[in-house]
Amino acid sequence: MGRYLLRRLLQLIPVFIGTTFMIYALVWKVPGDPFAGKCGDRGCPDNFRALMTEKYQLDQSIWVQYASYMKNLFQGDFGITFSGRPINDIIATSYPNTLKLAVVALTIEAVIGLGAGVLTGLRRNGFMDNLVLVSTLFLIALPVFVIGFVLQWLFGVKWHIVNPTVSNEMRISELILPGFVLGSASMAYIARVARTSIAENRRADYVRTAIAKGLPMRRVVGVHLLRNSLIPVVTLLGTDLGALMGGAIITEGIFGINGIGRQVLRAIVTKESATVVSIVVVLVLVYLLMNLLVDLLYAALDPRIRYE
Amino acid sequence: MSDILVSEQSAPGFGGSGRPSGRLLEVEDLRVEFRTRDGVAKVINGVTYHVDAGETLAVLGESGSGKSVTAQTIMGILDTPPGFVTGGQVRFHGKDMLRMSAEERRRIRGEGIAMIFQDSLSALNPVFTVGFQIAEQFRVRRGMSRADAKKRAIEMLDQVKIPNAKGRFSNYPHQFSGGMRQRAMIAMSLALDPEVLIADEPTTALDVTVQAQIMDLLGELQRERRMGMILITHDLGVVADVADRIAVMYAGRIVEEANVYELYRKPAHPYTLGLLDSIPRMDEKGQELRTIKGLPPNLMNIPPGCPFNPRCPMAQPVCREKVPPLLQVGTSRASACHFAEELVNRD
Repeated sequence: MGRYLLRRLLQLIPVFIGTTFMIYALVWKVPGDPFAGKCGDRGCPDNFRALMTEKYQLDQSIWVQYASYMKNLFQGDFGITFSGRPINDIIATSYPNTLKLAVVALTIEAVIGLGAGVLTGLRRNGFMDNLVLVSTLFLIALPVFVIGFVLQWLFGVKWHIVNPTVSNEMRISELILPGFVLGSASMAYIARVARTSIAENRRADYVRTAIAKGLPMRRVVGVHLLRNSLIPVVTLLGTDLGALMGGAIITEGIFGINGIGRQVLRAIVTKESATVVSIVVVLVLVYLLMNLLVDLLYAALDPRIRYE
Repeated sequence: MSDILVSEQSAPGFGGSGRPSGRLLEVEDLRVEFRTRDGVAKVINGVTYHVDAGETLAVLGESGSGKSVTAQTIMGILDTPPGFVTGGQVRFHGKDMLRMSAEERRRIRGEGIAMIFQDSLSALNPVFTVGFQIAEQFRVRRGMSRADAKKRAIEMLDQVKIPNAKGRFSNYPHQFSGGMRQRAMIAMSLALDPEVLIADEPTTALDVTVQAQIMDLLGELQRERRMGMILITHDLGVVADVADRIAVMYAGRIVEEANVYELYRKPAHPYTLGLLDSIPRMDEKGQELRTIKGLPPNLMNIPPGCPFNPRCPMAQPVCREKVPPLLQVGTSRASACHFAEELVNRD
């Protein structure tokens, strides 16, 4: 187990370097002048250009720039923006907000998705089943911004159940609606995967044994059946955290949340390559670590899976 | 929620008298059909048998004869759909279980009637330790503490002669050998001290040497606990030592019932005769094995008359017309053959 973990962690290094370089190269390739619009209508004076070019190594090749960026990164320094603000600052203020939103979304999709999946998996072709199948189809088919605006208008504007936008305190109660919007598509997938998994396992011999032991149905389903049906659901949930954080940009926009989505969009527009790369690098880290966590969870859920 | 995984059949108008007879477990005129897309398969067509305390009844039959489905109906673990009970009674201490509430039936499972399954690898939950799965019953059904339940579970593992029971408690099913796993399965089924044990082909998935050990163990535990045991098997060799009575099933019916000695000595049904004849014998080494010609009937289209008639070497015109009822032959046996008397009375 220890060796497996070590190997997995070592594998992260080339993946991390590869992905960050690709992102770096992509941002580098974006056409445009970093000085455009920075100094008003008249353009930046030459000495300012020269100063900034030297400071940010703008005349160097991508290799040099990437190498020095990575050097700083490994020292925990994400660099600074053109205006001199440390990127660590931006990350420190925006990431917690996005993470909070993503965790709320993940919780909502896990609870509702799994609940709907279990109920429909046990009673296929019933009313509930059809209801869930149709509504999940809706959630999957509709783009997030449609769901977001419609729910915001219904709950926030028309019925006044919640505030249409999220305040700076980011209270959990405020995040339920945006969380639902953000997690809606994944929720639908989770419901469907859980449904299939439960339906597949409910006729398994060990479920029959559990019934024959005279266990209450609650326990047969909640302990014996559920534990065996969780693996595909856990896979989806685990890999979803990164996707939710990366995909939060639209939801954050709709509900006025100051998260990484807003920051990364602004950075792309102003060609703040270091900011873009830094935000994405942290996202990549989240993805990689969640993937590792999922693999470790497999072994916890199914003892037949052993890592050597 | 209870109707989700098992359906509790309690349709009114079932046949049977329902009188208490002092028997431990009786199945009377049980009928089960499987409604599938391709049609209705009549899997159980009026099965009647009983088992008393301290007695072992072997139910013998080919695959598809309905022996397992009967057991599943008794346990209340019949898959519904496709399986539906369409008639008959299953009485435990004289009370028809098919009319009981789901909760009443649940209480009987494990404590009144317990079951051992054929394939212990798939019948045990792969993601829980063997110990957990045994201790679970003490915790859930007896309300014991975790520590007490563990102690009792280890005792049970000990009783089924699993070496190092304490250490084995926290092993998972896949870490057990086939024989040990079946022992653990037995320990699990006996945990709540059931009055009736149904063993559905308990040794089919095992090596021959292990088979004998498991059968010995089952026989021993059955005698010690004075349990009624229903031993479902297709292996004539397995039943001879353990069973008191044998019920032979064919196409969802009992075709013959007798005590072991009488049945082996002189079968009263041509099907039983065919089965006994098809046992390989040492003194006929090198000769072709005898078989029963033909195949079991398609349960969606059982031939009229005696269901065995197309394969029966003794078939007469009457066999194609009339279903022979299971009738008493002599003092302590019954056969569903028009020519049972002739069979018994031949030299």
